[in-house]
Amino acid sequence: MVNEKIAIEHGLKKQEYSKICDLLQRTPNITELGIFSAMWNEHCSYKSSKIHLKKLPTKSNKVIQGPGENAGIIDIEDNDAIVFKIESHNHPSFIEPYQGAATGVGGIMRDVFTMGARPIANLNSIHFGSPEHKKTRNLLRGVVRGIGGYGNCMGIPTIAGQTNFDESYNGNILVNAMTLGLVKKNKIFYSKAAGLNKPVIYVGSKTGRDGIHGASMASAVFDEKIEEKKPTVQVGDPFTEKLLLEACLELMSGDSIIAIQDMGAAGLTSSSIEMASKGKLGIELNLNKVPCRESKMTPYEIMLSESQERMLIVLENGKEELAKKIFDKWNLDFAIIGKTTSSKKIEIYFDKKKVADLPVDILVENSPIYDRKWKKAKLPKKNKFKKEQFKNLKIVNTLNKILSNPNVCSKKWIWQQYDHTVMGDTIQKPGGDAGVVRVHGTSKAVAASVDSSAIYCWAHPLSGGKQIVCESWRNLIAVGAKPIAITNCLNFGSPENEENMGEFVECVQGLGEASAYLDFPVVSGNVSFYNQTKEVGIKPTPTIGGVGLIKNYKNMVTMALKQNDNILLVIGKTEGHLEQSLFSRDILSEKNGPPPEINLFNEKNNGETVLKLIDKNFIRAAHDVSLGGIITALSKMCIKGRKGAVLNKPKYLIDKFEYLFGEDQGRYIIEIEKTNYNNVIEILEKNSVHYDDLGIVNDNDLIIDEKTKVSIDDLDKSHSIWLNNYMSK
Amino acid sequence: MNSSVIIFPGSNCDRDMDVALKKFGFKNKMIWHDDTKLPKSDLVVLPGGFSYGDYLRCGSMASKSKIIKSVIDFAKSGGLLMGICNGFQILTETELLPGVLLRNKFSEFICKDVFVKINNTENKYFKKINKQTLKLHIAHNEGNYFCTNNQMKEIEDNNQIALFYCDKKGEIKDEHNPNGSSKNIAGIFNKEKNILGMMPHPERMIDAYLSGEDGSLFFQNLIKNLK
Amino acid sequence: MKISVVVTLKKAVLDPQGTTIMKALKGMNFNNVNDVRQGKYFEIEIDEKDQKKAEDQVSQMCDKLLANLVIEDYKIIGSQ
Repeated sequence: MVNEKIAIEHGLKKQEYSKICDLLQRTPNITELGIFSAMWNEHCSYKSSKIHLKKLPTKSNKVIQGPGENAGIIDIEDNDAIVFKIESHNHPSFIEPYQGAATGVGGIMRDVFTMGARPIANLNSIHFGSPEHKKTRNLLRGVVRGIGGYGNCMGIPTIAGQTNFDESYNGNILVNAMTLGLVKKNKIFYSKAAGLNKPVIYVGSKTGRDGIHGASMASAVFDEKIEEKKPTVQVGDPFTEKLLLEACLELMSGDSIIAIQDMGAAGLTSSSIEMASKGKLGIELNLNKVPCRESKMTPYEIMLSESQERMLIVLENGKEELAKKIFDKWNLDFAIIGKTTSSKKIEIYFDKKKVADLPVDILVENSPIYDRKWKKAKLPKKNKFKKEQFKNLKIVNTLNKILSNPNVCSKKWIWQQYDHTVMGDTIQKPGGDAGVVRVHGTSKAVAASVDSSAIYCWAHPLSGGKQIVCESWRNLIAVGAKPIAITNCLNFGSPENEENMGEFVECVQGLGEASAYLDFPVVSGNVSFYNQTKEVGIKPTPTIGGVGLIKNYKNMVTMALKQNDNILLVIGKTEGHLEQSLFSRDILSEKNGPPPEINLFNEKNNGETVLKLIDKNFIRAAHDVSLGGIITALSKMCIKGRKGAVLNKPKYLIDKFEYLFGEDQGRYIIEIEKTNYNNVIEILEKNSVHYDDLGIVNDNDLIIDEKTKVSIDDLDKSHSIWLNNYMSK
Repeated sequence: MNSSVIIFPGSNCDRDMDVALKKFGFKNKMIWHDDTKLPKSDLVVLPGGFSYGDYLRCGSMASKSKIIKSVIDFAKSGGLLMGICNGFQILTETELLPGVLLRNKFSEFICKDVFVKINNTENKYFKKINKQTLKLHIAHNEGNYFCTNNQMKEIEDNNQIALFYCDKKGEIKDEHNPNGSSKNIAGIFNKEKNILGMMPHPERMIDAYLSGEDGSLFFQNLIKNLK
Repeated sequence: MKISVVVTLKKAVLDPQGTTIMKALKGMNFNNVNDVRQGKYFEIEIDEKDQKKAEDQVSQMCDKLLANLVIEDYKIIGSQ
């Protein structure tokens, strides 16, 4: 018999349970309680985040589908559209890194091909604890293998990513996976059911007792009892998913499907309820028809199983045979498990008995919404750096130290384990500002990047939230893409903690302001709260996945320096902001102070002007200036191009460390030919864009001033050595 | 020229191969593993990917597919049969080629550009090719070629080694061996040289905007030799 | 002593390899195959003459490294 105690064990709050009883005007049975607990937990209901997420800009003339579907969709012209989304799989990856990461990648790809799109690129953003922490190395190895294991087998290139280390992730790593898919605008599939008495079809793998209550785990704080929660981790089967992808796309090429939804978190429960809710219909299911892997599964287990690689489809009448033939060909399970009804209820039968009978709107529209208490963050006071602090520092040593910092160094060890060239359209590989894939068979290409700046967000959430959107925008522009839209993965601590909730609210606010200003709307995303071990939450880590379009892929730009004697310019003003910079934190060990300010006007103006220069074919190489400042950005350009550079003295009075290592925002380094110099300057001046003459491209050495030079080989060594050494231990 | 690419469940370089073959003038057909008959072909390709998820042993289950019997008959009668990456693994599992492909030496998946040196040009694949060292691309977890000493002797006696991993200049050294392959072997022939298995993917190198065009060179030369 | 251990996925955990192998066997007309589960086999040589102690140590190795108890079980199947 269900009672309050059992409800609380299911993760529901006392008030939530009494609300359920009031709405139903009876006590739910155990299957129904399970359904409520899955639908009303944070992961599915967004109960703590909803009121804040509503404020995000989600529309533009390029947006075909905003948040609320399996993934967002943007228009890239000529009847082509890109479907994309990022999602977290943090908690499972900490418990079982290989399978956790693998199923995360599998889940996000399903979200994309559910909409009719063939996945064309994967990206990921992964965050680990301090490199010295005893678990970090194995977690990193497991996660990287898991991501590769799944994506490689599916034959989808992993084109870009980001890896960070910070002690705040010691007990809660982050694994955020993003997928882009390509679809014809007139062949998009949605999850909205329509029509009465339409067959509801189950396809894919069989249902086992996998991950029962995985969605609730994603919404729980870790504690010592974490071991007990272990059996909820699922095993991924990329081979079956590859078959499922091909089978679904084959079925989608016809006109048999009314609605389709993947069974992700909360499996059959959330997929059937979502389809019914969107279509304002009822759905009747007979659980005896569900293909099961294990014997004696109960209705409760079948409804809550999170077995992977499954889909639910509402089919047109009379198409059952045709659909079955396709799934038989691909050796996948196919079963008619129910039908649509006019009842607006979810009615579930098992052994000829009705085991659940719930009105859909009670589950969806009446789900709890919380306006959690939150604390506003103050802008930290500026530090007064004294010049004496820098006096004994040597620029070259400092630069080498920064290039070998775990958060700056080359991540080749990681991305070399991902197939990044399969499908034959990857024209910018990992290691650049953004990954770029061609739209197969056209002159277009799509650029994508994932970014996060937890340090800035932690120091001041509002500025950090803005910064991260701007960084994504810059990374797309630096490869010559016009930024179109973003997806976000909001990784935070507990919403029940006022400070963590404050970080969430203000990061979202900053994110919204920047994306509204830049006309860079949010089209999909996911919230991951409770990244917390006992009382300690992670640093606030919103991850942004940005997508942009390059109309002619031949105009794509890379960061590699190209030609001796070409001129290097810094676009955007260098004030020398050191607080929260890598230089300040890593070299001076100063962890306080405000993050760099964001000037949205300059950001937009600088970015758009750089794009103009690229369109006019004036730019030979470009790179945005971020972590580690100008000299770090330039070093990476040198390493990529196997070229050196000779720097000019800054034309205004500024400390050289501030000039070289400051992390002012809205900046790019560009390489142009001498003959185009006047044309470029004219365009910059006409658009009131600040620029500095940084220097000239050269052979072999980076020459910073008369007394300071370093060879590209040395820079390369500093940049590439750390991760290889770390992983070979 | 007619070519056929076999699709196994889990193949994922089938489309890339189709694109490449068509680009260089083949009339290509895609053949499902469950079929029993091959159409008339001048070249049959087993593409890369993860047939049957690479479960059990890479290529083991694909080598038992229905189509394989006709593929073997085709090759035994002298037809040109090429296996790339997972296709190479399938060829060793069918025993059309000697040896096996083990897990990479450092047991990590490797995706990168490599240089390979062509060892034998007395065959339809490399005859008259105007370059000795090609820049190609590898992406595999099990590319570590291994065979018994007797097999190796036979392979060498019959000049069956097709490609060696090497450096830019064609020097074959240990440090350019990406996966621990015996003698830096990247590809081998059967005795008659009509069957070729290789780990590198020429179909990923057919465009200046990808990593390079040495794959184009390979396909252009191949179709010329077939005419 | 030489200890032999088999590590397999737990009964309730999906075994994609086993399932795929089973389907392939059926495709080869081994129609009476109902289920296949696969695993890893280890032989561990250990400087220890006492069988119980050796097995205890191997158990610890399984707990800490050879098996991931989240999804796998292990069984010592021989000691000599």
